[in-house]
Amino acid sequence: MDATLKRTPLFEAHRRLGARMVAFGGWEMPVQYSGIMEEHRAVRGRAGLFDVSHMGEVDLLGRGAIALAQRLVTNDVERLAAGQALYSPMCTPEGGIIDDLLVYKMSDTHLMLVVNAANTSEDLDWIRAHAGTDVQVIDRSVEIALLALQGPKAADILQSLTRESLGGIRYYWFREMVEVAGRTATVSRTGYTGEDGFEIYASSQDAVPIWEAILETGRSTGLLPAGLGARDTLRLEAGYLLHGNDMDKTTSPLEAGLGWTVKLGKSGFIGQDALRRQKDEGLSRRLAGFVLGERVIARHGFAIWCDSRVVGVVTSGSFGPTVEKSIGLGYMPPRYAEPGQQIAVEVRGRMVPGTVTKLPFYAREKRASA
Amino acid sequence: MYPKELRYSKEHEWAKVEGKRVRIGITKFAADRLSDVVYIELPQVGTDVSYMQPFGVVESVKAVSDLYAPVSGKIVEINRAVIEKPEMINTDPYGEAWMIVVEPRDTAELGQLMDAAAYAAMVGEATS
Repeated sequence: MDATLKRTPLFEAHRRLGARMVAFGGWEMPVQYSGIMEEHRAVRGRAGLFDVSHMGEVDLLGRGAIALAQRLVTNDVERLAAGQALYSPMCTPEGGIIDDLLVYKMSDTHLMLVVNAANTSEDLDWIRAHAGTDVQVIDRSVEIALLALQGPKAADILQSLTRESLGGIRYYWFREMVEVAGRTATVSRTGYTGEDGFEIYASSQDAVPIWEAILETGRSTGLLPAGLGARDTLRLEAGYLLHGNDMDKTTSPLEAGLGWTVKLGKSGFIGQDALRRQKDEGLSRRLAGFVLGERVIARHGFAIWCDSRVVGVVTSGSFGPTVEKSIGLGYMPPRYAEPGQQIAVEVRGRMVPGTVTKLPFYAREKRASA
Repeated sequence: MYPKELRYSKEHEWAKVEGKRVRIGITKFAADRLSDVVYIELPQVGTDVSYMQPFGVVESVKAVSDLYAPVSGKIVEINRAVIEKPEMINTDPYGEAWMIVVEPRDTAELGQLMDAAAYAAMVGEATS
């Protein structure tokens, strides 16, 4: 493996578990332990534990923190309460997506942005270029480890390791200084799998003890360590996008189906004019989900056909272990991007029939209260 | 891991001589490396295959791989069960998950394949 790849504090723990390691976003990360299907099903049915320490964490500190974030992202940071998190794209002036990120509001003078590993360095440059003297931008990616505990049993497992009442942490809220397995962490009710679950931000030196405590506690429940392979099939079934695959600087949040994160009415943000114009003029393409009639996988870059011509391109595709179908996402003109539309995906020279489908492909049954 | 009665190609197929026919599949090493096979594409019975030319495709969540014929000849049987349940390639690559049976044109080709020890040595090198 490339010696320049970065390693998370859990690298040796992954080795001991027999993980298969791959390069991802500049990091050497576990792609699978026991197998993608098995790990995927563990997360849907019980629980899975992911090391996602490759994600970048950026602190914005100071009086100007909220104004800076408000200018950088398309969603409305001002409506956040302390202890609440928000998902948002961050755009170029042309409305292209530089990255998608989470904004955590610790206080009026402290935000934490959580960004994609592959984009961390470029994001930092961009954020710093727009920061005034009233805000400090601090890269905390190396000192913070991030674990994701996901699945219907996640809350039970984590609750047995903390005195904090997790029932009080609602979806997209978080608490700081939570004691987990004798260490201290920030715990948010967020994730990228379509299941209930938590993301646990801890100091690098606490990553191994927290990881091992969760594995140990979860074992009797059927929790498995899960890798990036399962993370990808889980997020795709749940209809979540992957930056670099499903969106990038050449696609806008409106085209990517993220219109709900674009608050055109808020105070000025980068990309606002371009996105307003795009909304007024109408979209030339939209990201849509599709299901294929065979188990063959529609890979990134494959052509989407309709009416005997190429109308679009696949951005993500996989076999969905829970939906038990070959599923994918791709851009196509809005008139084709309607559920029920018959399409074909060109797979190694062969036309494989498929149907445009409403997203997500999978939604969990929600209980009456969280 | 690598049954002694089989012959092996450098592209990780196995060949088993059964009288005048040769049964073909992929090795445990290849199946493990692909992991979680979800799809296999095989040609029709009657199709001609050529020595070390692609005859089909096997696909996992992670990757797509061509299948190479370890011997030239005509396909006389294909395994419908493995098309229906490709996951058996991971669980039983030398048994249930055979792929095709070929009537070889030139059995001398089989002599160019590796025995189990040579194949094990090859993948041992490839994995280190």
